[in-house]
Amino acid sequence: MNAEAGARSERWANAAAATAVFATDPLGCAGVSLRALYGPVRERWLALLGALLPATVRIHRIPLHVSDARLLGGLDLAATLSTGRPVAERGIFVSADGGIVVLAMAERMTSAFAARLAAVLDTGEVALERDGFARRYATRFGVIALDEGMTDDERPPAAVLDRLALHVDLNGIESSSLDDGAVLLGTTAYPARIAAARDRLGSVQIKPAIVAALCEAASSLGIASVRAPLLALRVARAAAAIAGRNHVADEDVQLAARLVFASRVTVLPAAQAPAEPDAAEREESSRDPPPSDPASRDSPRNEAESSNVDTLEDTVVAAAQAAIPQHLLAMLQSSARGKVRAQPSGRAGPRQLSPAHGRPAGIRKGSPGGGARLSVIETLRAAAPWQSARRAGAMRLGARAPRPPRIDVRKDDFRIFRLKRRTQTTIIFLVDASGSAAMHRLSEVKGAVELLLADCYVRRDRVALIAFRRKSAELLLPPTRSLVRAKRSLAALAAGGGTPLASALDAARELVHAVRHKSESPILVIMSDGSPNVARDGKGGRERAQADALSAARLVRLEACAVLLLDTAPQPLPLTARLADEMGARYIPLPQVRAAGLSELVRESASNDPHATRRAVHG
Amino acid sequence: MTFPFSAIVGQEETRLALMVAAVDEGVGGVLLFGDRGTGKSTAVRALGALLPPMRAVTNCRFGCNPRDRATHCEECRARRKKGALRSHLVPVPVVDLPLGATEDRVVGALDLERALAHGKKAFEGGLLARANRGFLYIDEVNLLEDHLVDLLLDVAASGENVVERDGLSVRHPARFVLIGSGNPEEGELRPQLLDRFGLSVEIRTPEDLPTRIEVVRRRDEFEREPTKFARKWRKEDELLRRQIEAARSRLANVRVPETALQRAAQLCLRLGTDGLRGELTLIRAARALTALDAADEVSDSQLRRIAPAALRHRLRRNPLDEAGSSARVARAVAELFDA
Repeated sequence: MNAEAGARSERWANAAAATAVFATDPLGCAGVSLRALYGPVRERWLALLGALLPATVRIHRIPLHVSDARLLGGLDLAATLSTGRPVAERGIFVSADGGIVVLAMAERMTSAFAARLAAVLDTGEVALERDGFARRYATRFGVIALDEGMTDDERPPAAVLDRLALHVDLNGIESSSLDDGAVLLGTTAYPARIAAARDRLGSVQIKPAIVAALCEAASSLGIASVRAPLLALRVARAAAAIAGRNHVADEDVQLAARLVFASRVTVLPAAQAPAEPDAAEREESSRDPPPSDPASRDSPRNEAESSNVDTLEDTVVAAAQAAIPQHLLAMLQSSARGKVRAQPSGRAGPRQLSPAHGRPAGIRKGSPGGGARLSVIETLRAAAPWQSARRAGAMRLGARAPRPPRIDVRKDDFRIFRLKRRTQTTIIFLVDASGSAAMHRLSEVKGAVELLLADCYVRRDRVALIAFRRKSAELLLPPTRSLVRAKRSLAALAAGGGTPLASALDAARELVHAVRHKSESPILVIMSDGSPNVARDGKGGRERAQADALSAARLVRLEACAVLLLDTAPQPLPLTARLADEMGARYIPLPQVRAAGLSELVRESASNDPHATRRAVHG
Repeated sequence: MTFPFSAIVGQEETRLALMVAAVDEGVGGVLLFGDRGTGKSTAVRALGALLPPMRAVTNCRFGCNPRDRATHCEECRARRKKGALRSHLVPVPVVDLPLGATEDRVVGALDLERALAHGKKAFEGGLLARANRGFLYIDEVNLLEDHLVDLLLDVAASGENVVERDGLSVRHPARFVLIGSGNPEEGELRPQLLDRFGLSVEIRTPEDLPTRIEVVRRRDEFEREPTKFARKWRKEDELLRRQIEAARSRLANVRVPETALQRAAQLCLRLGTDGLRGELTLIRAARALTALDAADEVSDSQLRRIAPAALRHRLRRNPLDEAGSSARVARAVAELFDA
């Protein structure tokens, strides 16, 4: 119990240290990814940051579905109409210069948004090429990405995480353990100390050996991106400045390792792979919070450790390891070689296409309303050449008419966006990875899936992968267009255990539903040798398993989606054909199919899908 | 302030491909595809600062080359009729096509300001106009919206931008070297767009420690004192610029012997590349590389070094097997040249 409380206060101490570092050098750190649900702990952290930042720093909140016009800038309609000449509006990224940008629900950030943010962080400017304006605005700001993700794959896009130095995880910290922060907030001296640190920052020196140690540590922790050691370097500088030093000391480097490296670790160093399950246990719970003095934190941890820790690199690695978040540590330890799959990144892919809007595909004449959006810039362009003629016309009508507007826009001028909505096809592969399937050539199934994937690549379809074995089905790959990821998850698929066909069909149905919800058309490709032997509740028993599978199959039929059942058994069972029948699926015993013909079969099934409208142009 | 090209650590293939594209724009564009944080866009922006200036017609908004009459825009043709073209040296344009750009800014559109203020119908050139004779750079090229990709494909193939909108009918030269960068994790590139790139480079995070340390050290030095850092590397950059200039003037005289042609053909045959594009690009890139090497005749050395970049994205292949295409080219090269 005590150890747990200690771990919590240790984590809060790290989180508070991150606050201090970020407040000292928001631009150098680029930002913080703050993983926490909305609640008192997150509020406390933000309040702490607010207290440490200078009063002049402005905070800009960016909502999740911000438009490019607001984000980057564009035509300012009101100003344009009142002045009679095009006036540019500054986007949020531009007006945030010198301030802090808060991104709400960053775990749902689209990769399109992430790429825009990354470009601004990398170049320090907004390149505006919109609505007839070509401008460059220099802008630099610190980012706080509020990550409210619950599961491991709900995270901000990797492109953003890679650029933000500090990853803070507040989940699991209770508000009762926040005394440290409260004390901190109470002292008026601390903001002054941060202010002094900010002044000192430019003169903090760093020894080449430290740069080398950070790089070495990052390598041995399996951190591939070169940005990580670079960001750690800046965090170490900030830490030294807070401690009132003009040179980076070992303590600062260790703090940097905890704050920057811990969440990025993908490999536990071989020698220490079976690291203590609760690294934080080693810390006394009553330890001083780091922000009050980051320097004091890194006294040798205990005898055993200090004896085998001799080089700076080792202490850096040890520091990072001690701060690895619990869930990541568990993942690292559970995988045999201590290696974690790279965090999925393109998660935002499917969300990029908003079904309500579609993609702009040019402009046409027409009236706004009924879902059609007015293109202000094109409307003005249409109106512009007529201005003098219209003005002259208005004059002729006499002076009794009210003063004519600066820009006279008539109904004829209206231009609206043509939105093209391509029905995106998502192929869901439901792959049987049970023990029997392994016997019946799982590798062949993999080969078939790969061939289909190659076809998806050309057609720009999305693919998703659900595998089922043992007691349940697992979504290995949410819908994505990244074939690299598809291939990776397919290669990692191992077979074994029973055949929980009913749960698998339920899972597939759920995904079909989700895909439909996004106005995409799903195709379900099931590859199994039939013979279900695990019931819905995860219990064995052939009879119940079969009954459950049949009832699940009937539910699949209700989805009215194109289904293809490839029977991979060497001697197809009658039950499998019946399952296909219940689902309304096309049944194909694999022995009869050349792998190359598969792709056409899938296509054919799709065209029979009543819901699949291949392409539609709206507006 | 851009990071100096000569200060880039490692990334030999990236530097080689960009230098080759700078020597001979006919090689086609360069695609840099790979891991995060490897300085893809840094390398492209650095190249822009390195390029020797070019001669352009004074007051021409497309930067027409005074010596190349065939490519002149309509305005320059009109100017020519009035007398000799005046010209001056300008920096080679390296134009960013940022994500979120609207179509009107890419292709050009009615100049709203002049239309509203003076009732004049005038064409305001877009990014394609500005990129003429230079480089068009798209970071995160795989996230570019489809309708913009379509536009680009068309213009990149024809070298001319035809604008029919807002009651305007304008055409102007738009010859540019397309440079794209991206991360394959964000999605694949459309095959049609992939084909537009002459060279493609697969970028991996450097794994050996000394390189990584040097990357971090230089980057840190640059960020802290950019002016000082740039001064430190100015000489090296100047050498590279001269190397590019010398290679350009040498290019026309580089011979491609029969043996080199045969080698290239054999290599493409062995790899089963689609069509003749691979072979042509390979030869052309090898010629540019020979010029950079200050040699007179294309030899195995140049073919070997540039073959992976020229061919890896042209293999008739399982697109999933993209890690394998580099290896396949390397194997074929080894088999052919070491035999």
